[in-house]
Amino acid sequence: MIQFKPEGIYCPQADVYIDPWLPVNKAIITHGHSDHARPGHKEYLCHTLSKEILKLRLGQDISVQTLAYNEAISINGVKISLHPAGHIIGSAQVRLEYRGEVWVISGDYKVLNDGVSAPFEAVKCNSFVTESTFGLPIYDFDPFEKIYADMNNWWQNNSKDGFNSVIIGYSLGKAQNILQHLQASDTRIYLHGAVANINDALRLSGFDFKGERLGEAFDRKKLNGDIIIAPMSVIGSPWLRKFLPYRIAVCSGWMTLRGARRRYGVDKGFVLSDHCDFKQLNYAIKETGAENIYVTHGYQSIYAKWLRESYGLNAIEIKTMFEPNPLEEIEEGL
Amino acid sequence: MRYFTEIFQAIDASTKTNDKITALIEYFRKAEDLDKVWAIAILTGNKPKRPVKATDLRLWASEIADLPLWIIEESYYVVGDLAETLSHIVGNSDAVKQEEIPLHVVVTQLKDLFTASIEEKREFIQAFWRKGNKDENFVFNKLITGNFRIGLSKQSVIKALAIYLEREEKEIAHRLMGKWNPAKETMESLFSEDSLVSKDYLPYPFFLAYPLEEAPSAFLGNIDDWFLEKKYDGIRGQIIVRNSQVYVWSRGEELLTDKFPEFHILHMHLPDGTVIDGEIIPWKEGAPLPFGIMQTRIGRKNLSAKSLAEAPLVMVCYDLMEYEGVDIRHWPLSERRKKLLELINQEALQVLLIPSPLVELDTWEDVAHFRRNAREEFCEGLMIKRKSSPYETGRRRGNWWKWKTDPMTIDGVLIYAQSGSGRRANLLTDYTFAVWDGDLLVPFAKAYSGLTDKEILKLDKWVRRNTLEKFGPVRSVKAELVFEIAFEGINKSTRHKSGVALRFPRIARWREDKPAIEANTKEDLVAILNSIQQ
Ligand SMILES: [Zn+2]
Ligand SMILES: [Zn+2]
Repeated sequence: MIQFKPEGIYCPQADVYIDPWLPVNKAIITHGHSDHARPGHKEYLCHTLSKEILKLRLGQDISVQTLAYNEAISINGVKISLHPAGHIIGSAQVRLEYRGEVWVISGDYKVLNDGVSAPFEAVKCNSFVTESTFGLPIYDFDPFEKIYADMNNWWQNNSKDGFNSVIIGYSLGKAQNILQHLQASDTRIYLHGAVANINDALRLSGFDFKGERLGEAFDRKKLNGDIIIAPMSVIGSPWLRKFLPYRIAVCSGWMTLRGARRRYGVDKGFVLSDHCDFKQLNYAIKETGAENIYVTHGYQSIYAKWLRESYGLNAIEIKTMFEPNPLEEIEEGL
Repeated sequence: MRYFTEIFQAIDASTKTNDKITALIEYFRKAEDLDKVWAIAILTGNKPKRPVKATDLRLWASEIADLPLWIIEESYYVVGDLAETLSHIVGNSDAVKQEEIPLHVVVTQLKDLFTASIEEKREFIQAFWRKGNKDENFVFNKLITGNFRIGLSKQSVIKALAIYLEREEKEIAHRLMGKWNPAKETMESLFSEDSLVSKDYLPYPFFLAYPLEEAPSAFLGNIDDWFLEKKYDGIRGQIIVRNSQVYVWSRGEELLTDKFPEFHILHMHLPDGTVIDGEIIPWKEGAPLPFGIMQTRIGRKNLSAKSLAEAPLVMVCYDLMEYEGVDIRHWPLSERRKKLLELINQEALQVLLIPSPLVELDTWEDVAHFRRNAREEFCEGLMIKRKSSPYETGRRRGNWWKWKTDPMTIDGVLIYAQSGSGRRANLLTDYTFAVWDGDLLVPFAKAYSGLTDKEILKLDKWVRRNTLEKFGPVRSVKAELVFEIAFEGINKSTRHKSGVALRFPRIARWREDKPAIEANTKEDLVAILNSIQQ
């Protein structure tokens, strides 16, 4: 029912691809990150809340059809619906059903509730396609409350010491989570253009995140122990000099690793992720009840072996062109 | 140990040397004395021996986490550091706070484990893991596995101590030379005024030359103010004669007296209270032998008469730090050198202590010319030392410079990549290169450095997409990319398939202009070897 082709994941009966890499006629897009939403497809199908992001990133003139969560359509006998993936705003798992057989292609997802995106719902299926970005037991993430408590301490201390706080995270996803968390605080927040652009697009879908865009005319003398939110690409760039004196933190699941923390050369790493850690992956996969698990995107061979040995599942590694690592994430942050 | 863990984290997280030093001073002010001694030892690389084997640690972690051993192995390949891997595997971040156990107690308990049964070891370590949080477990694991690299140089620790104790840095450095036993020392015995008297084996901190990055004509001024010496490739060492005893120290602060029986007679010819700095090299018939000959000798457990005859060692002496028991490091180099020559100018020492010959050149242009052709002069470049310079400590700009000749280079094909450790863990940065032997590629060098961060990222990506096979952490890749490998020396080797072993190989540049087929061959390597060893 589903094939793994060089272009991407393909359903021949419905003639649709899910998150295809190469240009195709009809693409279902799980979410707006650039390793999933690629340019050049004739028709796009995505969740309602992903629409403006796709248009922002891929062009205003793309042809987009949208679905709400749990709303189903049928293409040539294949019932297709989208379900919350809990990864970022608008992120969806794709459920495909044909003659009683059910597949779920999850895209990126996380089980923990970030308070911004619709929380993950496990969907029963026969075959489940999962990512494995953090599919090793060394990835064991703390609850968000604990991380945000750390973050509060950190920027408040910086403020006290007369430093601005630069917080680095994806412009789509992590930036909004952080803004949501800071919504109640009375500190001033400034946004890198990439983050402000996403916020503007999300505003069209009814979201309102706080923060002031940093434009050309920005007067740095206004800064006084404030917060700046920016994507990965600014690390090591002269753009940061405007905010001196500052301390800088990166928010990423990769911050688990001391080596990655040191490589970025930043003052602080928050292990804040929009992906599942090892335990969340195990939990989600069990919840789907699927007997066939296709593992992509990450430590696929190790994680597939783990699923076979520990849960007796029929887990198969899918080789993708793209092995995520801290570097890919830098790109996605752009 | 909580306090030490905190300071460890703070130092590790900081990217600025000054912040690290400030944090360390803070620690010295607050910690108890016994802990301080251990902290100093640990942070300066004076690490205790492992009380347990790494394989046992993995096994015990797998028991606690209820995970198969293989997934811990795989995790280790990703993290690149066993202590850290295991802290993630066993560390529960919401652990009940461990009651505070002082650092020196933990270390002592670990030491006691040496004589414990395997069951006792397992119990102790698993009990600690269960109670500790991730950070504490990480530091605990580091204590067991050794290797505390946290971007803090010994010089920084010395600086922090000097500020904390309100003493001079070079004095602190002197007291921390060599491998001392933290279990037998106190802050008092290490640093009090009279503690040096009983430590007659202690060497002086070495003064290290700064590498010259541009031609000296521009900024070194009048050439007559400088001594020029050949830079030899040997073991930098210090010979100490005190109380009729001879001690030989390496720059790595290892006591190597036993390795150099040649020098054992020196107390009969040099007065008590003599300390000489120089280069220990194999030497025959008035000329140095290749470094590899000494390496083989140093590696031997038992020195036979044959190996002594094959690789007779001398010290090429270039400085005198102590004369008749008096520290003369503040004298000008010209005066120290004069005394040195007087001391070693004896019949019995002629084949043992050789004065470092001065190279007489009139202009900086001549110096540049000499440096270019250094290999023909059996050396690897020049040392340029100000005649009036005192003997300082550590690596400093200003008075002593080294100007090495350009390295030798060869173009190799990348055939394996492996993830690095530390800052580069999780990135494929350890590379193996090969040269052509007919239509086969034979590996000849491993290199870890030389690329820019940008190139590393680019190469990492390429490797991930062009992996042929994975063996544990190692990936074989398509034979496609060519790199220019620079190295300092080359020796025959029966252990390497290529037949040669290189000294300090590193990547000079990525030859994106060259296809793999144009890389060098094994014959090219042999040709370089022959040209050097004539
Ligand atoms: Zn994503
Ligand atoms: Zn993704």
